[in-house]
Amino acid sequence: MARFLLRRIAQGIVVMILVTILVFLIFFGSGSQIDVARRLAGRNASQQTIASITHRLHLNESLPAQYWHFVVQLVWHHNLGYSYYHTQPVSTIIGHAIPITLSLAIGAAVIWLVLGVLSGVTAAVRRGSVMDRVFTGLALFFYSLPTFVLGLLLLFLVYFQLAKRGIRIFPGQGYTGITSNPLKWLESMILPWFTLALVSAATYMRLTRGSLLEVLGEDYIRTARAKGLPERRVIFRHGLRSSLTPVVSQLGIDLGTLVGGAIVTETVFGMPGLGYTAVTSITNQDLPVIIGIVIVASGSVVVANILVDIFYAVLDPRVRLH
Amino acid sequence: MALLEVKDLHVSFNTDDGAVRAARGVSFSVDRGQTLGIVGESGSGKSVSTQSIVGLARGGSVTGEAIFDGRDLLTMHRDELQKVRGAQIAMIFQDPLSSLHPFYRVDWQICEMIRAHEPRTDAKAARARAIDLLKLVGIPQAERRVDDFPHQFSGGMRQRAMIAMAMALNPALLIADEPTTALDVTVQAQVLRVIERLQNEFGTAVILITHDLGVVAEIADDVVVMYAGAVVETADRDELFYRNHHPYTEGLLRSLPAYGGERARLIPITGQPPSLIKLPTGCKFHPRCPYAFDRCRAEEPPLALVYGSSSHRSSCWLPHTVEGRESTRAQLLGGRTVG
Repeated sequence: MARFLLRRIAQGIVVMILVTILVFLIFFGSGSQIDVARRLAGRNASQQTIASITHRLHLNESLPAQYWHFVVQLVWHHNLGYSYYHTQPVSTIIGHAIPITLSLAIGAAVIWLVLGVLSGVTAAVRRGSVMDRVFTGLALFFYSLPTFVLGLLLLFLVYFQLAKRGIRIFPGQGYTGITSNPLKWLESMILPWFTLALVSAATYMRLTRGSLLEVLGEDYIRTARAKGLPERRVIFRHGLRSSLTPVVSQLGIDLGTLVGGAIVTETVFGMPGLGYTAVTSITNQDLPVIIGIVIVASGSVVVANILVDIFYAVLDPRVRLH
Repeated sequence: MALLEVKDLHVSFNTDDGAVRAARGVSFSVDRGQTLGIVGESGSGKSVSTQSIVGLARGGSVTGEAIFDGRDLLTMHRDELQKVRGAQIAMIFQDPLSSLHPFYRVDWQICEMIRAHEPRTDAKAARARAIDLLKLVGIPQAERRVDDFPHQFSGGMRQRAMIAMAMALNPALLIADEPTTALDVTVQAQVLRVIERLQNEFGTAVILITHDLGVVAEIADDVVVMYAGAVVETADRDELFYRNHHPYTEGLLRSLPAYGGERARLIPITGQPPSLIKLPTGCKFHPRCPYAFDRCRAEEPPLALVYGSSSHRSSCWLPHTVEGRESTRAQLLGGRTVG
């Protein structure tokens, strides 16, 4: 197990090195040093700022040397650069955005897992029943609904129509930190959570249904029934346990991507998470922030994948040996 | 009274192509402590018959009677039947690797079985019993191996573990569905020895489902031969091997390597088993039977007593006396040989 873990982490580090090289080459490798400094300084930068950037990022040195400084700053000083647009370190900006995106991603994941897996199990166990058809139909409906449509629809129905009648349960826009007011936080999260969750729950329902149907045909399920176990135990302890593997790998991919920013959902609900920040940074040509977000987002995908692999090994004892 | 008496069991499955008649009027019985061998090709209805009795043939419509220990399993409530499964009627299956759950330790799987039926057994006692059971089926270093996962066991050990689990609650009946088919020949014999030893020790009745007459020859007391969802011949072991009546049984024996001395050629049964959706008219075996005559094509023969025996039954239109059968056979072949 320890060796497996070390190997996976080492692989993750290699991927991150490749990502930083790529990011570095894209943003620093093209054009003269003045071009690079200008790009990083943003619009209407003074000559002085550009000079200070050139000095600070060692832009007058060779590319490998520049990369070395870039990595040293990143790893040793956790310094992602400086946003001249916001006159703030990029890490501060991202640091503010991460809790928002994390609340969004984790909360939504919990909802879509519960909805998706439970409806998937019901549909598989009662295959061909009315319930199965209803769930499959709903899944198809939400699956084909783009996030921005669902988000706006929820806003219109649950926020706007209620607010018009003087009922204000959910805020339409914005985010309240969980530490400042947990209840307000919850209220501000519910609509974005469901926007993300309903679309994803559809995928998870279909995954769970398909995977469980396959597992229920396995010989060891017949053994479990032959042992005289209650049907509920056969389904959950014996069936679902084995059918979670594809669900977990999908979850890893989804969470990893989501932590990089739920761009549409954050924008629709005006939540300044990573996705929203990325969008505004692109509009403002705030290059240092974009670089920072790209690195954080790819890091989260790498970490999520390592976590999925660990979870695999916990879930399936056969993984450890191979 | 027999421990299990199955009477006129019919099982069919509805498919888009029509009803699959997997079992048609199957009857057999097993006494306490006895071994019944059920023999037949794949798709002859051997597994379906036994699985439908204990409620494991899902999606099929089942009629008939299966009196186990005085109670009819087929009319029993689902929850009642669930309590019978595992505790009184245990089962082992063909492929021991896929039959054990790959994610759980052997210990866990055996203890689950014990505690499902005896909820008051504490974890420690259940584990001790699991170890004892593994020792009983001859797994070396049982104390250590009990914590292994099934994939860490060899094929023979997995089937032993399945047997250990099946015997955990000292069932009155063990249904062994092709228990040795997936195993090496050398391991097959070991596994059969284990079943036989436990049977003698605990007085368990065994239904052994197999397509291998060699296995039947080793441990069965009585034998039921099935073809196309119905019983075609039933007799005690010696009678079946030395004085069989039905041409299908004869064909099965001819296709065995040991039959007729070392130099004899193996003679296969020609043709394929029929589709269970569209069965042939008359005797279901007539398209493949070397002795088939007009009556065979028109009328299905009943399962009737033959050779003046009180237990040997065959469903074949050939005369029911030894001499009669032999002369008719020779006449029908008209100088041809079988094969």
